[in-house]
Amino acid sequence: MSVPKKRYAMTVDTRLCVGCKACVLSCKAENDVPDGFCRDWIVEDVRGEFPLLAAEIRSERCNHCSDAPCVKNCPTGASHVNEGGAVLVTHGKCSGCKACIAACPYDARFVNPKGYIDKCTFCLHRVQVGVLPACVTVCPTRTLAFGDLNDPESPVAMNLSSRRWKVNHPESGAQPNLYFLL
Amino acid sequence: MAQSRREFIKIGGVGAAAAVAGTGLASQWWGLDPDVVHDPGTDGEKIVPTFCELCFWKCGVLAHVKNGRVTKIVGNPEHPLSNGRLCPRGTGGTGLLYDPDRLKKPLLRRKGKRGDQTFEEVSWETALDFTAEKLLKIQKECGPEKVALFSHGFGGSFFKHLLFAYGSGNVTAPSYGQCRGPREVGFQLTFGSPVGSPETLDVANARVITLIGSHLGENMHNTQVQDFAAAIAKGATVIAVDPRFSTAAGKAKYWLPIKPGTDMALLLAWMHVIINEGLYDREYVETHATGFEELRKHVADKTPEWAFTETTIRPEVIVETARVIAGARPASLIHPGRHTTWYGDDAQRSRAVAILNALVGSWGRRGGIFVPSSMKVPATPVPAYAAKPKTAQDHPNGVAYPFADEVLSHGVCDATIPGRIGGDGCPIKAWIVYGTNLLQALPQRANVLEAIQKLDLLVAIDVLPAEIVGYADVVLPECTYLERWDDVAPVPWREPFLAIRQPVVPPLFDSKPGWWIAKQLANRMNLGQYFPWDDAGAMVEARLAAGGYDVAALKAKGVVRGKPVPTTTEDGLALSFATPSKKIELYSKQMEAAGLPPLPPYTRHEQPASGQFRLLFGRTPVHTFGRTTNNRFLSEVTNDNEVWLNAKIAKERGLANGERVVLVNQDGVRSTPAKLKATQRIRPDCVFVVHGYGHTSEGLKFAKNRGLDDSALVTKIAVDPVAGSTGMSVNFVSVERA
Repeated sequence: MSVPKKRYAMTVDTRLCVGCKACVLSCKAENDVPDGFCRDWIVEDVRGEFPLLAAEIRSERCNHCSDAPCVKNCPTGASHVNEGGAVLVTHGKCSGCKACIAACPYDARFVNPKGYIDKCTFCLHRVQVGVLPACVTVCPTRTLAFGDLNDPESPVAMNLSSRRWKVNHPESGAQPNLYFLL
Repeated sequence: MAQSRREFIKIGGVGAAAAVAGTGLASQWWGLDPDVVHDPGTDGEKIVPTFCELCFWKCGVLAHVKNGRVTKIVGNPEHPLSNGRLCPRGTGGTGLLYDPDRLKKPLLRRKGKRGDQTFEEVSWETALDFTAEKLLKIQKECGPEKVALFSHGFGGSFFKHLLFAYGSGNVTAPSYGQCRGPREVGFQLTFGSPVGSPETLDVANARVITLIGSHLGENMHNTQVQDFAAAIAKGATVIAVDPRFSTAAGKAKYWLPIKPGTDMALLLAWMHVIINEGLYDREYVETHATGFEELRKHVADKTPEWAFTETTIRPEVIVETARVIAGARPASLIHPGRHTTWYGDDAQRSRAVAILNALVGSWGRRGGIFVPSSMKVPATPVPAYAAKPKTAQDHPNGVAYPFADEVLSHGVCDATIPGRIGGDGCPIKAWIVYGTNLLQALPQRANVLEAIQKLDLLVAIDVLPAEIVGYADVVLPECTYLERWDDVAPVPWREPFLAIRQPVVPPLFDSKPGWWIAKQLANRMNLGQYFPWDDAGAMVEARLAAGGYDVAALKAKGVVRGKPVPTTTEDGLALSFATPSKKIELYSKQMEAAGLPPLPPYTRHEQPASGQFRLLFGRTPVHTFGRTTNNRFLSEVTNDNEVWLNAKIAKERGLANGERVVLVNQDGVRSTPAKLKATQRIRPDCVFVVHGYGHTSEGLKFAKNRGLDDSALVTKIAVDPVAGSTGMSVNFVSVERA
């Protein structure tokens, strides 16, 4: 029996998120993201008319898709699938052509002034040493959870089996791994 | 936000190709190992625990230092206020530390008048000699009481110490008279104790959380927001009373968009329903409270139908929410709020909130208001002070507010203007201003500016050149919380703990720690015996050692946790109340004796005329008032404020979302322009802005002219007759195209 491969995912509990942007700023600090850029962001969706309103707040980032259009469209192989299905960009291979930016359904990528396409890495440099991504660690409302969907005991697997959830742009066929708990 | 990130992409699109050449392309091109993960390398070679000062909650942090630079700041998992997590500001400490606009050298105003912002850089020696000489002169000629200290933030403790030693008890903070004062007075009168800061609220275990104008999540006090989310995760019901669909309202089962100024009517109607339907905690009230019968009579005619005409909240909603509030008792928390200075009857409104909490038996109960515990630290062994701390009752402004127990900042301001005061008739001559931008913190700016021009001396001690610094005679640049020791603070909390603040990196520029500044001034005023250590670190170590603490362990971990003691009856706490009757005073004989209504009355407040809107102001999670709006790191995600106006009203006025508008208040004061947010999320009769923007100081190069300054529009106040605080939500504005 072979050990099943890991499948990293993140869940975002929209009930708990207050949109404080601690995730955004801790990511910037952790990953030394250059001024003017962010790898994650907050979307506040308010629907209805006064006084009948409903709000959903989402912390969004790269969806680390299982069938990632950015990887398929990368002409140099810089965008690739790494451990646990995390989608990464090898800086040295990236020519900055932006094909992946055009392909991404989530608008999750930007051009780092250092000369490569940049985006969320699921903080794989932390995950590999057994620490959660910076945004998950900082989140004061414990909105974010990270783990391996192939491990039924992982918080993400338990969240998806016990809660209603959705993904953004399911129609893209990209099979995103960022799940929003409702 | 998504659209701002798109802008980032545009900005970043240039110059990419040139940079590729420098990335060691030859070795990595078609690299053989695609699975190498890039490590940004922000983990420090040294990690120093300390506690945060980006707001005043005192969360424990771990600062990572690499090559002498702080690379990142994360939550300290050992610290009970952060639990390893941080609000956005906590991460942004580096933005303060490395702010290019920091005060770098002592400054002296040799010519021009206060506010010209024309200073000469001088040595510390010159600045300190100048300050001490002036203070000694005032002490000799007018008496030490004519010097006042305005202080905000934990680092102010050494200057309070200095002022008491010097002989003045005029120590004040706008956080009392302009923010939390009425709440503390209302709870003190009812339960015999204030709720303090951090508030002693067991939010995490509450089953129903009622928020009245308290927008948790926007008001981002880390532990409390953690607890709020924990309660929601456990299925707690949120009732949000707010004219605005706040973040918290977005989490609420019941959002009550109340007509501003009528909260008391809702509170009284809730009491009416809870008492009439017998839903209150009869045993708790009978055992622990006095004055129930008077309360019952007081609210007998405060029906939901009556409240509807005042509040615009439908009677059936008032009845249903009253039942929900009482149904979860005693784990039903009616939040006392934080910024509670609204309409001038704020202590009475806070009394009503306290009474409602008493009816559901929440004081001293799990999921209610807990009774905190703290660690013991021996006092600093220094000589007795020449002065006693003053209260608002013996304050030189001559107006006695019977229940205010701190000096009122606006009172000190009035007492600085000759002819405004009672008492001995001699105005205050000098202000020492520590870390509080009085020009944005105090209402009625014209008054504040008049007082400033009457002073003999204004000393500003700060990290950044806020507006008030521009009005100083002498500016003493303090280093940030990451570069200094501060005093030991045993914070009262759900469990006893002790945390220390210690330097992470040496002070930048020619800035100095607060202790050093205070000690240098003390030495020059023959008060050296009050500062017997070379630096605050030695003092902290001495205090900790005297208390039997393991100093090395505290330095290494930043925090020590004590053995929990009961904080609720469920843990074994025996309830006691420090009121004159030793009971919860629903009916307040203390207030009656002072000639004040012993039960909170409903007052109908003035409403805006047609075409005018009530000006409401609040918070954003990313900033602490105007204190952080110059912080580049934090401002990357929120760099100005917007005017929230009901979308339907905006359309009627022909105003489009995103266009520039100005606010003009009832006294003709015009704001600077800001963006309009035409939104469904606010009632048609009010506008809302985030406080702390619209800076004018030349030195705040980033924040200057961003957004609008709400405090400039607060020309009218409603002074609370009980607490002496200044209700500031009584200003009406019109919205005009910029």
